[in-house]
Amino acid sequence: MRTLIFRSVAPYLSSLMILFSIFVLLRGHNEPGGGFIGGLIAASAMAIYGIAFGVSPVRRAIRFHPMALSGFGLFLASVAGILSVFPGVPFLTGLWIYPEVFGVELALSTPLVFDIGVYFVVFGSITSTALALEERERD
Amino acid sequence: MTFYALFVPFVAAIFAPALTRLFKHNAAWILALAPAGLFLHFLGFVEGVAAGERFTGGVRWLPSFNVNFSWFVDGLSLTFALLISGIGTLIVLYSGGYLKGHRHQGRFFSFILMFMGAMQGLVLSDSFLMLFVFWELTSITSFLLIGFNHAEERSRRSAIQALVVTGLGGLSLLAGLLMIWNITGLSELSLLLASGDLLRDSPFYLAAFVLVLGGCFTKSAQFPLHFWLPNAMEAPTPVSAYLHSATMVKAGVYLLMRLNPAMGDTVPWETVLPVFGGATLIAGTLLAVRQTDLKLMLAYTTMASLGLLVMLTGFGTEKAIEGAILYLVAHSMFKGCLFMVAGNVDHGTGTRDITRLGGLMTAMPLTFGAAILAALSMGGLPPFFGFLAKEEMYYGLASLDPWSLTFLAVAMVGNGLMFAVGFAVAIKPFFGPKVETPEHPHEGPVLLWAGPVVLAVAGLFSALFSSEFHRLISNPMAGAVAGHDADITISVVPHLGTALYLSLATVALGIAFYLGFDRLRSGMAGLLTAIGWGPDRGFDQVIDGIVRLSTVVTRWVQNGRMEYYVTATFILLVLAIFIPMGLADEWPELPEFPTLFFYEWAVILIAALGLLAVVWAKDRLTAIVSLGIQGFAVAVLFMLMGAPDLSFTQFMVETLSVVILALAMTRLRLSPQDPRSWAQFFLDGAIALASGAGFTLLLLAVLATEFNAELTEFFNTYSVQIAHGRNIVNVILVDFRGIDTFGEIAVVMVSGLAILALIRVLPKRRAANAAAPTKEVAEPIQEAG
Repeated sequence: MRTLIFRSVAPYLSSLMILFSIFVLLRGHNEPGGGFIGGLIAASAMAIYGIAFGVSPVRRAIRFHPMALSGFGLFLASVAGILSVFPGVPFLTGLWIYPEVFGVELALSTPLVFDIGVYFVVFGSITSTALALEERERD
Repeated sequence: MTFYALFVPFVAAIFAPALTRLFKHNAAWILALAPAGLFLHFLGFVEGVAAGERFTGGVRWLPSFNVNFSWFVDGLSLTFALLISGIGTLIVLYSGGYLKGHRHQGRFFSFILMFMGAMQGLVLSDSFLMLFVFWELTSITSFLLIGFNHAEERSRRSAIQALVVTGLGGLSLLAGLLMIWNITGLSELSLLLASGDLLRDSPFYLAAFVLVLGGCFTKSAQFPLHFWLPNAMEAPTPVSAYLHSATMVKAGVYLLMRLNPAMGDTVPWETVLPVFGGATLIAGTLLAVRQTDLKLMLAYTTMASLGLLVMLTGFGTEKAIEGAILYLVAHSMFKGCLFMVAGNVDHGTGTRDITRLGGLMTAMPLTFGAAILAALSMGGLPPFFGFLAKEEMYYGLASLDPWSLTFLAVAMVGNGLMFAVGFAVAIKPFFGPKVETPEHPHEGPVLLWAGPVVLAVAGLFSALFSSEFHRLISNPMAGAVAGHDADITISVVPHLGTALYLSLATVALGIAFYLGFDRLRSGMAGLLTAIGWGPDRGFDQVIDGIVRLSTVVTRWVQNGRMEYYVTATFILLVLAIFIPMGLADEWPELPEFPTLFFYEWAVILIAALGLLAVVWAKDRLTAIVSLGIQGFAVAVLFMLMGAPDLSFTQFMVETLSVVILALAMTRLRLSPQDPRSWAQFFLDGAIALASGAGFTLLLLAVLATEFNAELTEFFNTYSVQIAHGRNIVNVILVDFRGIDTFGEIAVVMVSGLAILALIRVLPKRRAANAAAPTKEVAEPIQEAG
């Protein structure tokens, strides 16, 4: 699998995929996309990078243990749900704010935070599985 | 106020470890303030309750289910609350001295205060569910306390045994309470007590009765479910004194007394209770005689006393109930005291074996004094409270019909034996020649002797001022148990009459037993050895049986062979689809075939080719990739039919499954070719075809039903309006059905962890195998493709 072409293309391909996954994640509320599919794309990016260069570079690149990212995602999703305590509405009720940044109105909401949580859970769990399996390949 | 009082012990339990770290064993003085304060709080109710008032209160918890968090103070619960907080104060102080310097003293304080809170909640509960929750909490805290010395195996076994027995009883009680709830429609004890014959007249009375008894008899250690109680003596002595004599084991008796106005006065009640109570009384006293360990002797007499209480509660005469409540109060005082005495003897000399103790009178005068006073009360001699109890119960039992005479005889023999055991505990270690003990005998600090002395003196004073005591405590309590006003007149001044003669006869019997104590003990020992089997061993056999059965079942169901699991799953799937369809004769009709464009046909063709390639593939990797082709084709179909989200996800899922499957398969070091025989191949193929056909039929059947567009319309209308999103699929996932997604991602994360753990575990085992070469290692190893 470690052909020259593949190894030359892999870094660009996987960074593009990561970028694309974030794009898909953010546009999910109005266009096809969302956290789940975004997480899957990012995990595929990591799989490609791992096949090209081995597991250690991937682990170095994402810095944290993938399961830690997954746990962080679940935590983020819980926070998105629990935030509804403050206005006193039921768990996971969507809350919206519209701050203006550089003259552009942004729509920020707890469903978005929740979706980012989903993204991390899926990305973390699948990357962890793939990396663990790849690692054993070389032991 | 009472609402907060319910939480005081739990709050104290939270602070106990920190306080103990700061003040060492002297933290007992501070922690004892919690139960002492509760005692004073409940004393405030005494006058009101004596005047016939009842106090209730609470908060509505789940109004839609008629579940409240409510309490109820009347004569019965008040007496229990006073006993729990009063003796609790002494026990906390005593534990301060008894476990002085123990590494986990703070934890111990915490546990015992938690137990106190649970027990207090139990006796004050009004609503059934609250009663059950506190009932279970007492079982759990008792488990923690019995297993306090968790480094010893015997402690652990006893703790688990107690938890299993009382926990099973708790479930039975829950069923019983729910049944009562269903029969009467009432969820509160105070309402139930006022419901008259509602429960008694129900055809389901007997079932409810048996279920409630299951709870009461396990908790109060009735024969033959008594075996956990003596084993529970593995706990430190303060626990034995508090839980396993003064309070928790009386919870069953408490509930019987509580339900007496609503469930009593029936044939089953007045047969089952006296018979089991009487059997427990006799069995307990006989087993007590057999023991040489002070604590075990006391434990078995506790069991006997519980039997006596159950017998009297169920006997049915008014005087018997009065006798029961007097005995209950007396027993809490003298038995709590005697347990602490046993603890002091153990602490001062290093042994609890009665045959190795003697002549401690001069070395431990205060303990000795308390022991004698308590034994006099236990023996039922005037002027102690135990005397009142015994007189009253004889008044209640004395009648000339054979049924009453039997139980009178049972009570007399039981009391006589308890008299003998009580004096054996109180006299043998203190009189006679000095015996060499592991430690030089000495009196403990004030923390150790304060408890027994106070309880012993209380047993004396409550009897001396009996008329006032009856007015404030006994009468309201007896009234609550009997369901109508009671008037107890018994006092320490003996009246000539049947009861006094019976008392004298009991004392004579007791003295006779005491003099022949050693012969009695060896006789019992011989008898028990001859029988050999007991419920304690039976418990082990039952647990062993369960373990063995589950091993067999697990081996059979989970034999570790993947193909077995997959085959079983798919066969079941086929059956689950075809059997209901066949039974209901709901085979779907074939729908009209849709007209498809040529490119749609092309995609379907690709999917079919992919599938064929899977079956025909020579090696695994080709099969996996072919499966991916089929998946991609389906994703394209989704795209063409207007489900971009679904198709998008399907693409990614297929990609990743091919990658992960390939990685996993190559790692499994399987032979690259399919090793199945032709017969196996066709069998598996048949199962696969049946599954596929079944699913197709199922989907066709689903499509044939009329489509309900309500949800679609709802989401179409409100997706933008409420959730500000135009992508309905995503809005459903993260907003409308967010909690589903939340559960799903939790599952994803946990399975990620599980997979990681599985992959991490295997290499170690393989390394261990490599150290000792086996056949597996010799098999050909497939290199990664």
